[in-house]
Amino acid sequence: MAWRIEVGLKDGVRDARGERVRREIAEHLGIHLEGVRTIDVYTVDADLSREQVKAAAEGPFSDPVIQHAAIGSPLAEDFDMLIEVGFRPGVTDNVGRTAKEALRYLLGRPLDDDEGVYTSVQYLLRGRIDGELAERIASGFLGNGLIQRWEIIPAADFDRSRGVPVSVPRVVSNSEIRVQHIDLNVSDDELMRISREGVLALNLEEMRCIQAFASNPATTRARQAVGLDGLLTDVELEALAQTWSEHCKHKIFAARIEYDDGQGNRETIDSLFKTFIVGATRKIRQDKGAGDFCLSVFKDNAGVIRFNDEWSLVFKVETHNSPSALDPYGGALTGIVGVNRDPFGTGMGARLLFNTDVFCFASPFYDQPLPPRLLHPRRIFEGVVEGVEHGGNKSGVPTVNGSIVFDPRFAGKPLVYCGTAALMPALLHGQPGHVKKALTGDRIVMVGGRIGKDGIHGATFSSEELHEGSPVTAVQIGDPITQKRMFDFLLIARDRGLYNSITDNGAGGLSSSVGEMAEDTGGFKMHLDRAPLKYPGLQPWEILISEAQERMTLAVPPKHVAEFVALAAEMDVEATDLGQFTDSGYYHCLYDDETVCYLPMDFVHDGVPQLVLKARWEDRGHREPVFPRPQNPGAILKVLLGRLNICSKESVVRRYDHEVQGATVLKPLVGVANDGPADAAMIRPLPDSFEGIVVAHGICPRYSDIDTYDMMACAIDEGLRNYVAVGGDVNHVAGLDNFCWCDPVQSDRTPDGEFKAAQLVRANKALYDYCVAFGVPLISGKDSMKNDYQIGDTKISIPPTVLFSVIGKTEDLRKGVTMDVKCPGDLVYLLGETRNELGGSEYYDMLGYLGARVPKVDAKTALKRYRSLNAAQKQSLIASCHDLSDGGLAVALAEKAFAGGFGIDTDLRKVAAEEGLREDTLLFSESQSRLLVTVTPAHQSAFEALFAGQCCSLIGEVRADRELRITGFEGALLINATIDELKEAWQAPLREM
Amino acid sequence: MSKQVKAIIIAGNGTNCERETAHALTLAGADVVHIVHISELLTGRVQLSTYHFLNLAGGFLDGDDLGSAKAGANRLLHAPVSGSGEHLSDHLRRFIEEGKLIMGVCNGFQLMVKMGLLPALNGEFRQQVTLTFNDNGRFEDRWVYLKADSQSPCVFTRGLDGIYLPVRHGEGKLVADSPQILDDLEARHLSVLKYSTAEYVPTMDYPANPNGSAAAIAGLCDESGRLFGLMPHPEAYVHRTQHPRWTREPKLPEAGMGLWLYQNAVRFIRRELL
Repeated sequence: MAWRIEVGLKDGVRDARGERVRREIAEHLGIHLEGVRTIDVYTVDADLSREQVKAAAEGPFSDPVIQHAAIGSPLAEDFDMLIEVGFRPGVTDNVGRTAKEALRYLLGRPLDDDEGVYTSVQYLLRGRIDGELAERIASGFLGNGLIQRWEIIPAADFDRSRGVPVSVPRVVSNSEIRVQHIDLNVSDDELMRISREGVLALNLEEMRCIQAFASNPATTRARQAVGLDGLLTDVELEALAQTWSEHCKHKIFAARIEYDDGQGNRETIDSLFKTFIVGATRKIRQDKGAGDFCLSVFKDNAGVIRFNDEWSLVFKVETHNSPSALDPYGGALTGIVGVNRDPFGTGMGARLLFNTDVFCFASPFYDQPLPPRLLHPRRIFEGVVEGVEHGGNKSGVPTVNGSIVFDPRFAGKPLVYCGTAALMPALLHGQPGHVKKALTGDRIVMVGGRIGKDGIHGATFSSEELHEGSPVTAVQIGDPITQKRMFDFLLIARDRGLYNSITDNGAGGLSSSVGEMAEDTGGFKMHLDRAPLKYPGLQPWEILISEAQERMTLAVPPKHVAEFVALAAEMDVEATDLGQFTDSGYYHCLYDDETVCYLPMDFVHDGVPQLVLKARWEDRGHREPVFPRPQNPGAILKVLLGRLNICSKESVVRRYDHEVQGATVLKPLVGVANDGPADAAMIRPLPDSFEGIVVAHGICPRYSDIDTYDMMACAIDEGLRNYVAVGGDVNHVAGLDNFCWCDPVQSDRTPDGEFKAAQLVRANKALYDYCVAFGVPLISGKDSMKNDYQIGDTKISIPPTVLFSVIGKTEDLRKGVTMDVKCPGDLVYLLGETRNELGGSEYYDMLGYLGARVPKVDAKTALKRYRSLNAAQKQSLIASCHDLSDGGLAVALAEKAFAGGFGIDTDLRKVAAEEGLREDTLLFSESQSRLLVTVTPAHQSAFEALFAGQCCSLIGEVRADRELRITGFEGALLINATIDELKEAWQAPLREM
Repeated sequence: MSKQVKAIIIAGNGTNCERETAHALTLAGADVVHIVHISELLTGRVQLSTYHFLNLAGGFLDGDDLGSAKAGANRLLHAPVSGSGEHLSDHLRRFIEEGKLIMGVCNGFQLMVKMGLLPALNGEFRQQVTLTFNDNGRFEDRWVYLKADSQSPCVFTRGLDGIYLPVRHGEGKLVADSPQILDDLEARHLSVLKYSTAEYVPTMDYPANPNGSAAAIAGLCDESGRLFGLMPHPEAYVHRTQHPRWTREPKLPEAGMGLWLYQNAVRFIRRELL
C-alpha cells in the first residue's frame, strides 16, 4: 500500500523557501500574497510496516530540530488556498530516488522495481485567492504542466482529517511490445506524412533515399537471412532519422551552397564545415609547424589540445535551447550535465575542471502579451539559472566564465550555451589519452542511468522550429548525482585499463553512441531487451533512441567485463552488457532474440544525401543616424551602465560555485569589494605547477543586424581580447565556435531563407579569415540551426548568434592581471584606435538606432598589440587591464574605477582616434581590439618601449578621490561622477534576480 | 614508519572537494593522505582505524535531496560493513573513542551535525542543532571573515584570531534545538568560528553573515575539541593565488589562512596521537 508522509517546519522556524516563493510570485506574476508556507510530501509506494514508515519519516525524511512529520494525516493549517505540485508519471524525481535509496539502508534490503517513493511539495497560500488565481499561480510559477501536475484545494474544501488524497504517479503501461513494419512504397505526400507524424524531421529527398534503399532487391535478400521482410521496421526508420538528423549530421553545415554576394559574384561552397572550419584549422596547424598544439580536433565528443608533457586539455561547448524553451530548469540542468559527458567521453576519458555558461534571453522585465506556448522571459531566466546552478554545483564543477546577452528576439527561443573543460593524461597505459578504439569482439556496455521515455525525439525535435506539436517527451530532468557516481567509477575503471573506448549517450541515445563507436569495427549486434528500463512498456525503437540522461557507452574487452561490472556494482553504478561490436558491416539490433533492425553501416553513416542550398546576400540599405550631440554624457553613461547587456550579473554569478576544486585563481568577480566584472577566468589545474588555463568568450549578436561577417570577426576578437587581458598566451590558444541560427532553408515558412543562408556563409568566411589571421585553431564546435518560433502567423527568429569560446594557457599564473585599478597615481593607457564605429552599439540601441558602421577588426595590428601585452604581463609591468566592449571607453573606464575603488581622471583629447569624431563617438564607440591598461609610473618607460610604434595613448591617471572625470575637446569636464553612483547604476537592475 | 600522520578523506555519492582537501593535508605535512571511496570502507577492504584524521569533504551528498547531508547521514548511520556484522557507525564510534580527529567542511559539517557528532553536548551523539536554508533562500559563493574563539577547546583553531575563507552553500544557517543549547555552546566555547566584519567583530548582518546563522555561528567543535566542523572552505585557501584579491594585495603571504587549520591538526596528531 501507499503511505503518505508530510514533513513541515515546526512553529517559529523560518520558511526561507516559502518566503522566496512569495517574493517571486509577486515579481513574476504581480500577485501579492500575505504568506506562503511549504510542506514536503513523500508518497511511499512499498510494502512496509507502520514502524518502518515511522522510522523513515523521523529519520532520513525529516530534520528533528526544525521539522515534524505526519503519516497519513495532514499538517496543513492556517491557509486560504493549498496547491500541491508533484511530477507526472515517468518524470525524473531525484528526491524520490534518493528517498528510495535511503529506505534501503533503513530496511536492510533494496526496494523492488515496482516499489517507489514519489515526492511533491505543498504550498499553503494566505491571501485573497480564488480558484482562477490559484491556477495562474500553479501553472505560471509553481509548476510546469509539461512535467508536473497539481492539485488546488481552497481551505473551505479541505478535508482536515484526511488531507490531500494519496496518489501514486507510477507509470502504468498496458501497451504490448510490438515492432511495426512501414511500407515506404508510397506517394511523396505519404512519405512526408510519415516523416512529419513520426517527428522524424526527414525531408522528401531523404525519405526517397530511404525508400530506394528499402525497395532495392539486394536489401531484401540480405534482410531475409535474418528473418526480416522488405518493409523497414519502426526501429530502423527511427535509427536513420536520429543519425541523419540536423542535430547529429549537421546537414546545413555539410550542404552544397550556391552563394551570391549580391554584387554579381557567385561561388559554390562544398560544405561550410569542411571549407571554413576544418580548412582554417588545417591551415593554422600547418602554419604553426612544430608549435602545433592540437591533439584531437572535430572527431571526438570534444576537442583536445596540449597542456604540458603530462596532461592534455579537453573542451567542448554545447547548446540546449529547445528543451530550455519548454522547461527552463530541466532543459538547462540537462544542458550542463549533458555537456559534462562530452569531455568525459573524449579519448579514454577526462576529469572535469570547469564549466562556462552563456545565456541569451529577452528582458526579464518584458511586459507585453506573449504568443502561445512561450514562457515569460523572467521565468526562463530564473529556471535556466537555477538549472545550471544545480547541475554545476552538485557535480562539483565550478562555473568560472559566462555572460548573459539580452535581445527581445530571444523570447522566441532562449539560447543556453554550456561548456565544460577537462584534463586527461597525455599518456595512458602507454597510449595517447586522446586516442580510443573499440575492437571487434568488445562488449557493448551501457553504464549509469536507466532508460525511460524521457528525451525521445530530442535530436529530431531540436532540428525543427518550436511548434504546436512539439513533443513533451523531449523534456528531461538531469540527475547530477547518478552522473557523479558514474564518473567516480569510470575514472577508476579507466586507470585500471578496463575498457577500450568510451562515449557519451547524448542526442539519439544508444542509436548514436553505439552506432558511432561501431564505426571502429564496422558493425555491432545489440540486444535492446537487455537494457535496464525505468519502467516497463517501452517499445524497442524507444529503447534505441531514448535520450534518458546520465549514461555512457563503453567497449569493454570480454576478459574485463566481470571486473568492470563488479566494480560498478560496488560503487552503486549500474552497468549492463548489451551485446558486442562486430565486423559484420551491419547495424544490428535484436529484441528477445529476434532481429528488429538490420541496416548496412555505410548506409546509416554515409547514406544521407547532401543538401543543396541557395544563399544570396543583399544590401539592406543601412544608414548612419543623424542626431544632435547629447547635452549630458554623464547621464547617458549611467543609463548605459544600467542596460541589461552591460549591468552587473553578480546575483547570478554568486549562485554558481565558481571555486570548487580550489583551482580558480582569477574568479568571475574581482576588485576591492569582490564585485567587479572579470574579463576571463584563470585556472590552476595542477596544484604542483604554476601553469594556468585561461578561458574567455566573445558574443555580439546585435552586429548581425548589419553584417554577420563583422559579427563573427568581432566575436573572435572579443574572445581573444578578454583572454589576453588577464594574461592568456595568444600563441597558445584554441577556439570553439557555437553557431545558433534561424532556419536558413528557403521555404514557404521561411521566405528569407536565402538571405539567412548568406548570413551564415559570411559568418563562416569571417571565421576562416580571422582564425587564420590570429593563428587560433578551431578544435570543436556545434551548430543549432532552427532557432525559430512559429505558431499561427507569429514567427520570431533569433538574431544570428555565434558564441566564440577560447581556451589556452599561461606559463605562469602568478603573472595574471585583473581589470580593477590598483593604486592612485597609476597611469591609464588606451591601447588601440577609436573609430567611428557605433553601428549595432549599445549607445545606438539605447537611442533606437541600428546604424551602419559596424566595428571592423584589423587582425594584424590587433595580434601585434596582444603579443606586446603578453610581453608586458610577463615582465609584470601592468597593474590592471580591461577590455573595451559594449558601451565603449566610457563604460570600461567606469568599471575599472569602481571595481578598484579609486577615481580616474582622463582627457578625451589624448585618445588616439580617427579624424573628426564627436565626443559621444569617442566615449561610446565599440571599435574592437582596444584595452585599457594601468601602469605604475616606475614602469612607464619599459611599458611604452614595448608599444613603440603602436597605437597606445596615455589618457589619464588613477586618483584617490573616487571620482570619474572625463575632459572633453574644449577642456571642460564632460563627465564628472562619483564611482559610487556609477556602481549603483551598474548594480541596480539585476541585483534582486 | 609508525610515526606517520595518516589522514583519510571519504569520497563518493556526491562529495566534491576531496582532491583539494588532499592537497591541503599534504601541504600541512600529513604523511599519508588517502582519498577513499566509501565502498572501500563498506566492503571492509579499507579500515578507518588505520588513520588518525578523518576528513568529511564538501559536496552534495546524494544531491542533498532530503535536506543537506540527510541521506548521507542515514547511510553512515545504517550502512553495514560487509562480513563484519558491524555498521560503519560502529567503526566511527571507536575512532572517536580513541581520541582521533574529525573535520567536516560544508557538506561534511552538515553531515556531522545531522549524525549528531556535533556539537555532541554532554557527550551525547544525537542531533542538537541543524544547518538549513540560508535566509535569502539561495545558494551563494562569497568570501567571509571569521572570528575565532580563543578560549575554545578546538584543536584546529589554536592560535588563530580570525580567518578569511569562502562559503559556498545554500543550507548554512545554524538553528539550535533550544535556546539552552545555544547558551551551552557559548558558555563552553564550542561555537568556535563566527561570521564577522572585516574587523573580526561577529555580525548578524548580511552579507558578512551570509545565511542568518544563529549567534553568527560558522563552525562548531565538541567538548574534546577534536571533532570540528565549519561551513566555510579552508581547503579553498591554502595558497595566495586563491585569495580573491591576490592581484591587488602584494603583501599576502604565500600560504593561505585555511592551511592553518590543517597544520594545527597535523601538529596535534604528532604530539598527542603518535
